[in-house]
Amino acid sequence: MQVYADNAATTKISEHALKAMMPCFETVYGNPSSLHTVGQEAKEVLEDARARVAKCLGCEAREIIFTSGGSEADNQAILSAAYYGARKGKKHIISTAFEHHAVLHTLNKLEKEGFEVTLLDVKDGHNVTAQQVQKAIREDTCLVTCMYANNEIGSILPIAEIGAVCKAAGVPFHTDAVQAAGHLHIDVKAQNIDMLSLSGHKFHGPRGVGALYVRRGIPLVNVIEGGAQERGKRAGTENLPAIVGMAAALEDACANLEENNRKVTAMRDKLIAGLSKIPHSALNGDIVNRLPGNVSFCFEGIEGEALLLLLDMKGICASSGSACTSGSLDPSHVLLAIGRVHDVAHGSLRLSVCHYNTDEEIDHILTSVPEVVQTLRNMSPVWRDLQNGDREYIL
Amino acid sequence: MALYSEVVMDHFMHPRNVGVIEDASGVGTVGNAKCGDIMKIYLKIENDVIVDVKFETFGCGSAIASSSMATEMIKGKPISEAMLLTNQAVAEALDGLPAHKLHCSVLAEEAIKSALKDYYDKNGIAYDKSLFPDCEHCAHCGE
Repeated sequence: MQVYADNAATTKISEHALKAMMPCFETVYGNPSSLHTVGQEAKEVLEDARARVAKCLGCEAREIIFTSGGSEADNQAILSAAYYGARKGKKHIISTAFEHHAVLHTLNKLEKEGFEVTLLDVKDGHNVTAQQVQKAIREDTCLVTCMYANNEIGSILPIAEIGAVCKAAGVPFHTDAVQAAGHLHIDVKAQNIDMLSLSGHKFHGPRGVGALYVRRGIPLVNVIEGGAQERGKRAGTENLPAIVGMAAALEDACANLEENNRKVTAMRDKLIAGLSKIPHSALNGDIVNRLPGNVSFCFEGIEGEALLLLLDMKGICASSGSACTSGSLDPSHVLLAIGRVHDVAHGSLRLSVCHYNTDEEIDHILTSVPEVVQTLRNMSPVWRDLQNGDREYIL
Repeated sequence: MALYSEVVMDHFMHPRNVGVIEDASGVGTVGNAKCGDIMKIYLKIENDVIVDVKFETFGCGSAIASSSMATEMIKGKPISEAMLLTNQAVAEALDGLPAHKLHCSVLAEEAIKSALKDYYDKNGIAYDKSLFPDCEHCAHCGE
């Protein structure tokens, strides 16, 4: 049995999205910048896709810029707000300690350019509060950027509350909604979001495409210079097939959001209940405000890469925040940020399910994970020390 | 191409010599939990020959495979031969390891040497200290 439970990494494209893309290769293949009929047809399809994406977010079509994905959208939003702030002498940015690297590495770059960055602590409840944001805002704060939902541990941030705090303080608010778009109800106006990033392949659309919502009136700087596409804010011939596929996938996801979430949340809760029975394990992330499909655990005494390999042998595709899977010596910064020490952060497992998963697959995961954890614990000197009392349990 | 060679996957899925030796002649532990790798090697030595060897490993697939392969390579061998086991030999026997996983074979070599050193220390046997690398300062852990 093949069980794909790594939907936070990427998703299988929906049949509808794939079908929607095909005419853009076969018939509507023109360049939207071309003056002729074939080009103008493509332009119409492009603008139709823009309007549909905008509708899903509750904004105007002209407030949507298509990008190559979530990372580019994050980069452009953050750099734009930072450089605009700097012109007014504001060089302080607020974010959280468990952001995606697309945000954190952009902030690192800005720090080197003289910006000051405050990363809010996420240890308490594995989340942040709007009060934390409020307390951190200063006279010279030019941007608050907080992810909508965390990709590794599933915590959903209080976005509307943070938006209200930022609006009251007159500080632009960006959210990396890559894990939220198509999974949670978004209304950028009601939630006072000034900028929002999303990525097509996280909700059964194609990869290599994303969108940046920018509230009218917020000036953008270009990350990619060149032609006048996307109102001159993002150069490069539009990836029309991917844009159309993303629009179709987002519409489907938003139309079926409640039904999908009921199904996915039930599978998630069954997994959490079952895996919580494994001794000396801990659930990562906000227990209440949690992405419908996210299951994240740390298991003491084992290492995550070995866990993934054994699960793969059983047909289960999952992910881990261990150092061995990250290619660096440190385990996931998200797990460290919520207070997991290195020893247990290495033994992490993330399962991210979607509405394509079945109850049989969930049962297969629930049988396999405890077996595999036990196999690895049986050959672990750390586990032996814990059992013999030569080492103290952390979890 | 798969992440690991077939030999690595075989030794990871079916590790040889897993376990403990209660009355071991020498025990060596290298690595630490913070880094995500710990290898523990138990040796049973009779007349300068490694008559039995067991291991326990906390770590990734290649760490487990490296331990398994290394124990196979020294089992039944005289100490003098086990002392010559290199991390390169372990990695070659595994039909190669990805570059960022080579430290796993280094740990295997060091774990065996650490167990042999323990045997020498316990039995008051003199040895050339330069032959035993100081794992505390390896580049992998940096501590």
